[in-house]
Amino acid sequence: MSQKVLLSSKEINIILHRLACQLLENHLDFSETVLIGIQPRGTFVADRLTRILQEEYGVKHIDVGFLDITFYRDDFRRGDKTLEATQTKIDFLVEDKKVVLIDDVLYTGRSIRAALTAIQSFGRPSEIELLTLIDRRFSRHLPIQPNYRGRQVDAINEEKVKVMWEENDGEDVIYLINK
Amino acid sequence: MSELSVKHLLGIKYLKEKDIQLIFETADHFKEVINRSIKKVPSLRDITIANIFFENSTRTKLSFELAEKRLSADVINFSAGQSSVNKGETLIDTVNNILSMKVDMVVMRHPNPGAGIFLSKHVNASIVNAGDGAHEHPTQALLDSYSIRERLGDVAGKKVVIVGDILHSRVALSNIFALKLQGAQVKVCGPKTLMPKHIESLGVEVETNLRKALVWCDVANMLRIQNERLDISYFPTTREYTQQFGVNKALLDSLDKEVVIMHPGPINRGVEITSDVADSKQSIILGQVENGVAIRMAVIYLLASKIK
Repeated sequence: MSQKVLLSSKEINIILHRLACQLLENHLDFSETVLIGIQPRGTFVADRLTRILQEEYGVKHIDVGFLDITFYRDDFRRGDKTLEATQTKIDFLVEDKKVVLIDDVLYTGRSIRAALTAIQSFGRPSEIELLTLIDRRFSRHLPIQPNYRGRQVDAINEEKVKVMWEENDGEDVIYLINK
Repeated sequence: MSELSVKHLLGIKYLKEKDIQLIFETADHFKEVINRSIKKVPSLRDITIANIFFENSTRTKLSFELAEKRLSADVINFSAGQSSVNKGETLIDTVNNILSMKVDMVVMRHPNPGAGIFLSKHVNASIVNAGDGAHEHPTQALLDSYSIRERLGDVAGKKVVIVGDILHSRVALSNIFALKLQGAQVKVCGPKTLMPKHIESLGVEVETNLRKALVWCDVANMLRIQNERLDISYFPTTREYTQQFGVNKALLDSLDKEVVIMHPGPINRGVEITSDVADSKQSIILGQVENGVAIRMAVIYLLASKIK
């Protein structure tokens, strides 16, 4: 197994600021917009973006939720392991809101497909956008593309993109791991 | 640990402590799901479940059916009263006929102890025991422990007394297994005649004085007198039973603490529990029913994920 650094802490920070600005450009004061981090690892991106928007760009209030997609996945009973759920925490309705789904890595698009189904349990959004920190090109199984992307990466199927966060893993860094 | 150690849920006796924790953690997520405005998830859309009830049931059957539907499983229901069982068909034949319609899981209630275990050895489907005679009722015990955990934070170390007809109660046996496995202390309380011989060998203490038991415990699980199973007279009159083993408000108020009151249902109001206690905020009876759906969703989800 070998790994190389895809993005350093400094690069991640610059990208997060750019993504925050792009969100700001389209959603202004976030009064009609909610951010939904997809569990388990999209929540870190959602938290970081919220912090930047509030602390550095003066957005007063943003509704942020976490969505677990386990029970909506299409690979139930198809792997060796039982799919284990994580917490869903959405304390508001998404009815008529603009929803921005947020995940760390976009790969096959199947998680996003599940998230699109799952979010409907919380109302009918007026529109849904997708933000991903890493977009793995040429690996999609479904016609799903992000509206906001941090960095596009060419990685073969045997490779894995791993996003680490200071609050969870000790440092901000993104690795490309060759298994 | 992310999967159950068993293929069937036949009784708590066959579970490990970590199985119970996994079921509870999964039930936490399902409890959130069933409190959404859209209470359904698509996980089990390619699974078919047969609910086979050879004995009457209201809440268990409804609870299982709702749990299955909330998981998007296809559900077929079968009650012995309307079936070919009355025409002389054997249990294995009945179930195999149902399974040949491509059923993946069987939820069964049966009056004979061990019916689920017997079935699991002879048919090719995942079996969930929804009560087998006076033997076990595992999902009831799981939802009881889950409700204690929800109310008191943890089951380990808690003192639980099970009051009533211990001899004929599958709820009592499953609860004893489940509570002991999680490290709770358990006493059973009731007339000597309704106490199984050697019950102490399960690690529980027998107490025949209800007041003493209540002073000791954190939780009292009140069981119904199973009149349909009483072949002989085990106590003089219902009135006398109520006087000795029924809880009422005055008795609970005379204690210097608030005991959590549980009941698996159906309640015989005025016999083992008075109405004012059943409807008080000390009682978590309706919470148990709500948790029953979440627990059954968790059990079915975890067992179904092992069906390949």
